[in-house]
Amino acid sequence: MTDNSVAVVSETSRRASLREQLPLLVALVVLWMLLWGSLTPLTIVTGIVVAIAVTRAFYLPPVELSGRFNPFWFAVFLGRFLGELVIASFQVALQAFAATPVPRSAILRIELRTRSDFIMTGVSLAVSLVPGSLVVEVDRTNARLYVHQLNARTPDELEKARAHVLSLEHDLLRAWGSRDEWQAVRS
Amino acid sequence: MIDVVLSVAGGMLALAGLLLLYRVVVGPSLVDRVIASDVLLTTLIIVVGADMAISGHTRTIPLMVVLAVIGILGSVSVARFVQRAPSTSASGGEGEL
Amino acid sequence: MIADLVRASTTFVDSEPVATILDGIAAVLILLAAFLTLAAAVGLIRFPDALARLHAATKPQILGVILVVAAIALSVRSWVVLLLLIPVIVFQLLTAPISAHMVARAGYRAGDYDPDTLAVDELAPDVAAAGRSELPGGGLDDEPGTAQGQRGGS
Repeated sequence: MTDNSVAVVSETSRRASLREQLPLLVALVVLWMLLWGSLTPLTIVTGIVVAIAVTRAFYLPPVELSGRFNPFWFAVFLGRFLGELVIASFQVALQAFAATPVPRSAILRIELRTRSDFIMTGVSLAVSLVPGSLVVEVDRTNARLYVHQLNARTPDELEKARAHVLSLEHDLLRAWGSRDEWQAVRS
Repeated sequence: MIDVVLSVAGGMLALAGLLLLYRVVVGPSLVDRVIASDVLLTTLIIVVGADMAISGHTRTIPLMVVLAVIGILGSVSVARFVQRAPSTSASGGEGEL
Repeated sequence: MIADLVRASTTFVDSEPVATILDGIAAVLILLAAFLTLAAAVGLIRFPDALARLHAATKPQILGVILVVAAIALSVRSWVVLLLLIPVIVFQLLTAPISAHMVARAGYRAGDYDPDTLAVDELAPDVAAAGRSELPGGGLDDEPGTAQGQRGGS
């Protein structure tokens, strides 16, 4: 743990970190109100208190957002994700009942093009949420994902799985990536 | 019709619970047990939710929320434990937390 | 308190035939969720190794819960209930992949998988190359602290 770095935080960076944490604080307050199921001054005030207390007590490094967000393409990403979720869920479900239930799988190394922790997390979540693929290991410094893919035997299927993860990354960058990274991937 | 739904869904969920319990008991590995108990918890969420939907009450929503929140705790803590087990040579070089 | 809110809140619809249809859809959703759960349990029994079983485990966790929440919303028909149920889905969407990843990582490192069922394993050579000194990647929980911005806060 980097204990020393805490001591040398300047006043400006502290203020910047408060601004960066604002979306998180708002999200926590909204979650608090959803949990109580009511929107009253009491829940707002207690929500703010709890949100600040939680972010102070369990401090995490701020997530660097890209500063660009396109709601339309994010909706497209969500729609595609939900569609894949439904299809893949039933595929795996049918496989469980299939006569030959021994699926040959593979662990693929996939080099992501993004360098952003945020996008990497998003891609990993999407990959893991869709049944049939699963992130086994993450290499943050090289932006690599090691994905366990169910039902991948032939080189064709392996390539398809690889391209699928990359296209998820493409779609997420289109919605939420920084301008530079989206330009680089666009082609 | 509700009775049919109740018995069919209840039967499937009960059977699923039994199979999962079998996997928890038999193993063979710790990871298998963790996965099975995780799914058992999710099954519980679904049972609680299905009960609400079928009988049209909303009393157990807090239970559903709490189960969804704590679901991660068991598997994550056991996952850390498995990783630290001496039998796993691969975890030898990992940095201290 | 929640019950009061539910009673006070406006409902989606009031007409009788629409209500019957919505109840029917809710019933179908519940059956689908139950089917997915059963399939997951069967998959857990029949799939050969821990990593493959994890795939079977993910689907009631995500789609099943979403379906049941949708069924509740359709049968209770209240906006407040829907809002109360959103955290359930949000927590599932956020936590299920994390726990699946951690269990998969632990399972892989503990050797809880059958190498014969793997057509390709591109992780093993990298683990070997990295040697005992450093595993590829710190995962989601181990922070080497190099690529991260400076830590602020008190």
